[in-house]
Amino acid sequence: MSTTANSFLYIFRGGADWNQMSPEEMQRNMDAWFAWMDDLRKKGHFKAGEPLQDGGKVLRGKNGDSVTDGPYAEGKEEVGGYLLVTARDLDHATELAKGCPIFQNNGSVEVRPIQDMSAERSARA
Amino acid sequence: MSRDVNQLVDHLFRREAGKMVAVLTRAFGFDHLQVAEDAMQEALLKAVRTWGLGGVPRDPSAWLMRVAKNRALDIVRRETNFRRKEKELVAFLEQRSASAPDNYQFDEEIRDDQLRLIFACCHPELPREAQVALTLKSLCGFGEREIAAAFLASGAAIAKRLVRARQRIREKEITLEIPAGPELASRLDGVWQTLYLLFNEGYKASHGDDLVRKELCDEAIRLTEILAEHPAGDQPKTHALLALMLLNAARLPARADAEGNMLLLAEQDRSLWDSAMIARGLAHLNRSAAGEEVSEFHLQAGISACHCAAPNYAATDWSRILYLYDMLIEVNQSPVVALNRAVAISHLKGPKAALAAIAAISPRDVLEGYYLYYAVLAHLHYMTDDIAQAAVGFSRALELTDLTSEQVFLRRRLAECKARMAREGRAELRA
Repeated sequence: MSTTANSFLYIFRGGADWNQMSPEEMQRNMDAWFAWMDDLRKKGHFKAGEPLQDGGKVLRGKNGDSVTDGPYAEGKEEVGGYLLVTARDLDHATELAKGCPIFQNNGSVEVRPIQDMSAERSARA
Repeated sequence: MSRDVNQLVDHLFRREAGKMVAVLTRAFGFDHLQVAEDAMQEALLKAVRTWGLGGVPRDPSAWLMRVAKNRALDIVRRETNFRRKEKELVAFLEQRSASAPDNYQFDEEIRDDQLRLIFACCHPELPREAQVALTLKSLCGFGEREIAAAFLASGAAIAKRLVRARQRIREKEITLEIPAGPELASRLDGVWQTLYLLFNEGYKASHGDDLVRKELCDEAIRLTEILAEHPAGDQPKTHALLALMLLNAARLPARADAEGNMLLLAEQDRSLWDSAMIARGLAHLNRSAAGEEVSEFHLQAGISACHCAAPNYAATDWSRILYLYDMLIEVNQSPVVALNRAVAISHLKGPKAALAAIAAISPRDVLEGYYLYYAVLAHLHYMTDDIAQAAVGFSRALELTDLTSEQVFLRRRLAECKARMAREGRAELRA
């Protein structure tokens, strides 16, 4: 797979439009996540992934000495987690992401191709 | 990834929602039900946002409860409302968090919290329909739309009902407690009535979504079990109520065919009846006999037990059923009970006697908006070979029900009538 497949990063944001949802509806959404993830795994696309805790720190300035609490205190656009997948190309990775249940709750997925540095590194060596 | 295949137990979120609200309401007080519900909601939200990518934790229930309590602690520290009680609240929540989640005592505490909430939601100061809505929302984790679907109301109407109920809780200063002493009897009565209503709403096949209705029955049973297990609720009438729920719910799986069309008792595949549930029902019926009182619940459970005990339709003990209906009508002179009694009469004394019994029901006008009244009449006319009258009855019944499974059934019966009338018409012409 590695010769034809590339790696992509999915960044999940938001998906917190829950005010109107009942526990049963949330569980159905949860089940949809499990089904989507299982499908990615079964088809060999899944490499890694983790949820992120709320909050965190942001460092800026010359020496990183301006430290603030995360940029998205509101939570709406906060990154909720990431996933590393393999796909043929960006279009394929985008297509795979369309099945993500986060869209049922006004969330978003950012799909970013990962820069493969291995060829360049070995050429220099 | 902690596991390859992630899956949750059916209704886990809903069940845990009820537990979280019961425990947190104990901390904040019944007058702050909303705060408990918010903390619960946020715990579930966090689960959805993290379990999808991270997998289900080893003990999902304990995970949710811990997150909900932490959320509650945040609220206590942030909201000035609670500042006065802050120390007390924090101590309560932290003590509860410290309890080992797996231990038995902890489960027992949660059950007690749920029982307090049952008594509070079924408080006589609240209108009955608000009691049911409140019970479903806070104890059963139902959403407003789901409650609305069960009661053929709009989501907005249910939301309004809940807001008013919360207002009333504050006005009347209804608190969480398991009543004791002389107050217990009257408070228990309210709880029985509301749980019975909840069950019936699910059981009666008059409207709504099949799945939602079954869930109402399951929830009514679950809450009645909590009541029956506690010394305050462990009374013959509670066991009678639980028996009647179990013995009726056990037969639900056979009530419709694979296409969802309603089946008559005579047509049901009795092997689909839930025998374990019947056994539980009979055990509670036994325990219900401990006292002197023969309540309406006892009699209804007894009637249901007769059906459950019959290996086939022909073996049904109709004389015992009629005997129980005769007693039931003494306690409850409802025309609906009288109509059911007439069905038992038809089995023992024939359709003509049953029609006479129906003609004697007074007042009968309350039955006239009830599809089953016309369906029973039509069936009895059919048995007396008055096919034209039967057809009229089935058509009228058809107009009065909006449940597809019943419509299919009634159309089938109507077609039978028409086929017979056509056959007999031809025979007459030939003669």
